[in-house]
Amino acid sequence: MEKMPKWADVVLIPLISLLLAAGLSALVILAIGEDPAAAVKLMVDGALGSSYGWGYTLYYATNFMFTGLAVAVAAHAGLFNIGGEGQAMLGGLGVALICLFIPWPHWTLALLFATLGAGLFGAAWAAIPAYLQAKRGSHIVITTIMFNFIAAAVLNYVLVNVLKPPSSMDPASARFSDTIHLPTLHELLTPLGIAFSKSAPANVSLLVAIAACLAVWLLIWRTPLGFEIRAFGKSEAGARYAGISPVKITIITMMISGALAGMMAINNVMGEAERLVLNATEGAGFIGIAVALMGRNHPFGVFLAAILFGFLYQGGAELALWTNIPRELIVVIQALVILFTGALDNMVRIPLERIFLALRKESN
Amino acid sequence: MTAPAIELKGISKSFGPVQANKDISIRVAPGTIHGIIGENGAGKSTLMSILYGFYKADKGEIWINGNRTEIPDSQAAIAAGIGMVFQHFKLVENFTVLENIVLGAEDGGLLMPSLSKARKILKELAAEYELHVDPDKRIDEIGVGMQQRVEILKALYRQADILILDEPTGVLTPPEADQLFRILDRLRAEGKTIILITHKLREIMDATDTVSVMRRGQMTATVKTAETSPEHLAELMVGRKVLLRVDKVPAKPGKPILEIEQLRVVDEAGVERLKGIDLTLRAGEIMGIAGVAGNGQSELLEVLGGMRSGEGAIRLNGVDLPLQGAGSDARARRAAHVAHVPEDRQSEGLIMGFHAWENVAFGYHHAPEYQKGLLMNNAALRADTEAKMAKFDVRPPDPWLDAKSFSGGNQQKIVVAREIERNPDLLLIGQPTRGVDIGAIEFIHKQIVALRDQGKAILLVSVELEEILSLADRVAVMFDGRIMGERAVDQTDEKELGLMMAGVAGEAA
Repeated sequence: MEKMPKWADVVLIPLISLLLAAGLSALVILAIGEDPAAAVKLMVDGALGSSYGWGYTLYYATNFMFTGLAVAVAAHAGLFNIGGEGQAMLGGLGVALICLFIPWPHWTLALLFATLGAGLFGAAWAAIPAYLQAKRGSHIVITTIMFNFIAAAVLNYVLVNVLKPPSSMDPASARFSDTIHLPTLHELLTPLGIAFSKSAPANVSLLVAIAACLAVWLLIWRTPLGFEIRAFGKSEAGARYAGISPVKITIITMMISGALAGMMAINNVMGEAERLVLNATEGAGFIGIAVALMGRNHPFGVFLAAILFGFLYQGGAELALWTNIPRELIVVIQALVILFTGALDNMVRIPLERIFLALRKESN
Repeated sequence: MTAPAIELKGISKSFGPVQANKDISIRVAPGTIHGIIGENGAGKSTLMSILYGFYKADKGEIWINGNRTEIPDSQAAIAAGIGMVFQHFKLVENFTVLENIVLGAEDGGLLMPSLSKARKILKELAAEYELHVDPDKRIDEIGVGMQQRVEILKALYRQADILILDEPTGVLTPPEADQLFRILDRLRAEGKTIILITHKLREIMDATDTVSVMRRGQMTATVKTAETSPEHLAELMVGRKVLLRVDKVPAKPGKPILEIEQLRVVDEAGVERLKGIDLTLRAGEIMGIAGVAGNGQSELLEVLGGMRSGEGAIRLNGVDLPLQGAGSDARARRAAHVAHVPEDRQSEGLIMGFHAWENVAFGYHHAPEYQKGLLMNNAALRADTEAKMAKFDVRPPDPWLDAKSFSGGNQQKIVVAREIERNPDLLLIGQPTRGVDIGAIEFIHKQIVALRDQGKAILLVSVELEEILSLADRVAVMFDGRIMGERAVDQTDEKELGLMMAGVAGEAA
């Protein structure tokens, strides 16, 4: 017997959590002497009120879809991949190498191979902690966190010592060639007669991210591998009984997870910056954890949660630009959303379950 | 007439929408052994938990020795003279017997006076009830039967007049169980009142004065044991007539299906669990493996089922099956037509959070009929599940229900259906009826016999000797990782097997 209907679990709980977080954020804004209503209006206008705002919101959302999917896939196997940040950095390195050193005739071919390269680098970076977990029992949470720092150091070294053009003072790679410039939403939508802001960074990677959501859904719920991943995540003893190798599943799942995180680089490195810069990921790997939590590890949930966090990022930037609300407060608001939707899930869930049980009793 | 030692009046208790106890009234006369029998989930444990102060009843009254008594927690239960011996002992393994008895009942800040007082009292109790244990032995140095005595002594030390025993024989060998019942007789003779909770009809018939039957949260009958029969009690428990003996024709053993030679297993901690097993299993027979839990039966099933590696040799239909490395995992075993109903269906046999139809594919999710290109053919799988549910009478027959939402019996039917319907050459089956209600036991036993009659080999591991004696054709007894002996079921009895289970070697078969 389910304690409450599925729609309540999937829709109602995140919604209530979100409202609670918004309410508390409003109180914080009031406390520093600003007007919460005006702040909300500014955020909505800035992030969703124009195609420029949408362009940024969707650009951020693309990053978060990749990293959110990465966390979600690992979570289905009961693995907590906190290393999305590092895997995305390595993905960036993969993209940069492929874009800089191969003279691609057209962006489509470049995008295909850059996606593969980014995935490969991300997967390789996740494979090491996965191997250590599967064979040596080193806890994946600890090792993936450490690998974030190692990744940052590797990127630092490679940018300063290898990829930086000799004449430059900036620790960044050279610009990629113009022939592999990825079409922005402006360039994609104009031929269709839809006007879209020219300066917004959202680009064709968004479509790749949406395709990735679909692919992950198929993988998890429609393939034998996904079946094994979910079975292993729910019961390791059961997996052994069913002939599912814990070692194999741990490594494969983490590599898929790492590949997804790495693929984020086609958006930020290839689509936006068009060169590899230091700290290109800007914490998107960590936001992916919140996105997966809020999206209940379901690709469609991840898709929606990624757009929500894209909105928070872009709206937050607007707030910082136009009001006296400091940039740090935006982080507070984002943190509250994470806290309520992820960590305090049971605070909403348990009372809600009681209400549903009581309602059911009455109707019986 | 004296006041009843315990009287419950109109006890009701619900958990959410589930009513675990419905208006239960019961009177237990002092100085008697009162049995409470019922299927799993009938509400026996809930009722006893209310009596011991773990749960608070929604409605109803508890009267102890004629006085209305509130029991809000276990402290109050102890104060009211109630002692409880749990199914799983609550002892500190690396403490001595004496320390365990004093634990929680120390007087004052210093331990020494309590211990010497306890030693004195323990001596008196031992003399009074013939409950002898060495007070200075550590718990992990004494056997399970002794540990249970310590639990009883703990209750007596706290001056319990009423003892509740929850499934006390589950972990005991038959001789140990007999000993327990002698102790209970003695306690009754000294005026103690005993409540015995069990699902074994024979124990009720042998040991109790009065018996109450529970079904679906209600007390369906209370009868004098002398005036009833096992068949009648079973009918009261299930609500219909049940067949207690398994109906089967004599086995017609054919060629050897499974040959095990010098099979050894060393576990993760480096302990040798199987110390050289030799066993041959023929087509068309059921081989029962008897033994007290923890003597290597689980490891035997696991190594045969491909869940752990071993040394030695196993042959299926004359073909060697690898015991280590590639081809030794459970997937390879299934490919070799070995089906396995594991001992622990909740953590191994099923994924509790999966739908029934996903569980029907569990372990066979690579089977060609469940694939459609790169994807799984979920529609075919659901149709297959519906067919299996109909054939095995799984209730409710809803493929979308999660495994955890089915009762124990129906969960087991899903596992058995999945494994038997694969038409295996060898079926490994562990504790097939643990936590399964009588109606489902009857059904599962029938399916196992039917598989045997098709000329398949079945290896049955069970801690219920009764089950082995009624279902198996041959029985092998395991003790300490070895086979103590093999017998044809119709040429042995519980007494002989009980001795072998306790490690006394039988004559070579």
